Amino acid sequence: MIAALLVPTATWYLVLSAILFGIGTFGVLVRRNPLVMFMCIELMLNAVNLSFVTLARELNDINGQTIVFFVMVVAAAEVVVGLGIIVAIMRNRSSVTADDLIELNG
Amino acid sequence: MNDEVATFVGPAIDWFSVSPIVVLLCGALLLLLVGSLTPQWRRGGYGLASAVIALIAIALSVFLWRDISSSGPKLLVGSALALDQFAVLASIAICSAVVLVSLVTSDYLASENADSPEIYALYLTAAIGGIVMAASNDLVVLFLGLETLSLSLYLLAASNRKRTQSQEAGLKYFILGGFASAFFLYGVALTYGTTGSTRLVDINLALNSYITVPRNDTLLLVGVGLMLIGFGFKVSLVPFQAWTPDVYQGSPTPVTAFMASVGKVAALVALVRVFVTAFPSRADDWGPVVLVLSALTLIVGSVVAIIQVDVKRMLAYSSISHAGFILVGLEVSSHRSSPDVGDGLIAIGVYVALYAALVVGTFSVVTVVAQNTNDGATSLDAFKSLGKRKPLLALAMTVLLLAQAGVPLTSGFVAKFGIIQAAVAVGSYELAVIAMVCAVIAAFVYLRIMVSMWSSEATTTEPFKVSSFSAISIAIAVLTTLVIGILPNLLLDLTSNLSQLASK
Repeated sequence: MIAALLVPTATWYLVLSAILFGIGTFGVLVRRNPLVMFMCIELMLNAVNLSFVTLARELNDINGQTIVFFVMVVAAAEVVVGLGIIVAIMRNRSSVTADDLIELNG
Repeated sequence: MNDEVATFVGPAIDWFSVSPIVVLLCGALLLLLVGSLTPQWRRGGYGLASAVIALIAIALSVFLWRDISSSGPKLLVGSALALDQFAVLASIAICSAVVLVSLVTSDYLASENADSPEIYALYLTAAIGGIVMAASNDLVVLFLGLETLSLSLYLLAASNRKRTQSQEAGLKYFILGGFASAFFLYGVALTYGTTGSTRLVDINLALNSYITVPRNDTLLLVGVGLMLIGFGFKVSLVPFQAWTPDVYQGSPTPVTAFMASVGKVAALVALVRVFVTAFPSRADDWGPVVLVLSALTLIVGSVVAIIQVDVKRMLAYSSISHAGFILVGLEVSSHRSSPDVGDGLIAIGVYVALYAALVVGTFSVVTVVAQNTNDGATSLDAFKSLGKRKPLLALAMTVLLLAQAGVPLTSGFVAKFGIIQAAVAVGSYELAVIAMVCAVIAAFVYLRIMVSMWSSEATTTEPFKVSSFSAISIAIAVLTTLVIGILPNLLLDLTSNLSQLASK
């Protein structure tokens, strides 16, 4: 009985991906280090990838799985741009935290 | 396992219909390649090249427009892109903004001794992203266009390596933009899960057939909501607007002009297309949300602008309130029972096109003024006595600001009148009233800048230099503003079929 209940279904993966997305969102909102905030955004994107794969399997549709490849490419491009900007700032200052970025305060 | 042997058959591509995108892509790559292999070009060379590339794209778009007028809208590339007048108008607006901004940037970079081809190549790639977004009929293609546009914009915002403000703006924009993209993508995933497709047209079909697709309405509405949040960040709707003033202020001013025009136009057109094409059957759910968002955006955008002291921040808030106006048009489209719903789309198209020219012109003047201060500041003080020192420039700025305020005989009036008329036609009186009141409040902000320009006495006698490219760009923006303002039918006659979106 219990063994039958523990067979993972699609819902498990969707819930897992929602939890991962939530952790990522929380991380972007509370962490102050741009690198960590950036990693949290990557976590959010990969949580979405998990959703896409699960849903594609549920719908028996290959499109959802191909979308994941596009998202991976976009995430990689984002890394290039993001790290470039962070390195450019690092050159001018010794450390970067979000609290140091106070020249433009609204 | 699966016995079928799959052979990949690509979709047929009508190359002429995607030619503006191809021209911009080839132009960007060529400019980058040739520019990095040859020694520094003559002053203005890169900017002119970029403007010519964008002009070719405009010419091709005009041909496409005439094609659509005769043979009707259609879907392209395996129905991933839509070819209709709504998309082509957006691509013409985007390319025109690229032309004007390239000219201004050329002067700006020359004065900073930093002219290089990369910035213009980024303008062109951002324009490709914007055009793809505006024309996309598939949520994943929309996401790719969005990222092409956004990644270019992050780099452009951080492009001034001498000013820490610029890098700070780039990082802020990057973190919040990536955050928003993730929300948008999660929304796409949930919508895909409930409807089985990412094509806008197919989503609509799936939602209208109650038998074939098992649906989960909660998941769908969460998905639509997440997409709206993602779009909300991109077009800076209240309460997702916090990044806008900081990023607009910190970025190099020509880049701000580009962001405020191309970024906004593409995201707003895409937002409208998604909701009108894919989710008309759920209009009763998203209509009220859009109503609240647009009312909030209008009020906050125009009220908070008043207490700003930096002109770029004032204009950032004014661009927020413009987004609120355009959202009123989307709210009009949610009234399915009214026969005048199409007016909302026409009003949005006209508003977006006129707004692009207007905002580029305004920020161009700010660029020129900032170049003539010692530290590139854009505070209200920098505009003092502009009327005495450069009357023509001050006059141009006055016309552009009056247009932003929506004074009759300027293009801003035509745009705002269209939106409010459409809102009244479908009975959204409360929103029409809020929009009108906010337009009046926002006018106070523009008046502050005008008073600063015209009333105070000259404090410095330093020479004030306006470079020729910037002057041309500002003159074009002012001319469009006045010509369309005095003869609105030049534009309105052309756009009468704008609400026919491609569906097959």
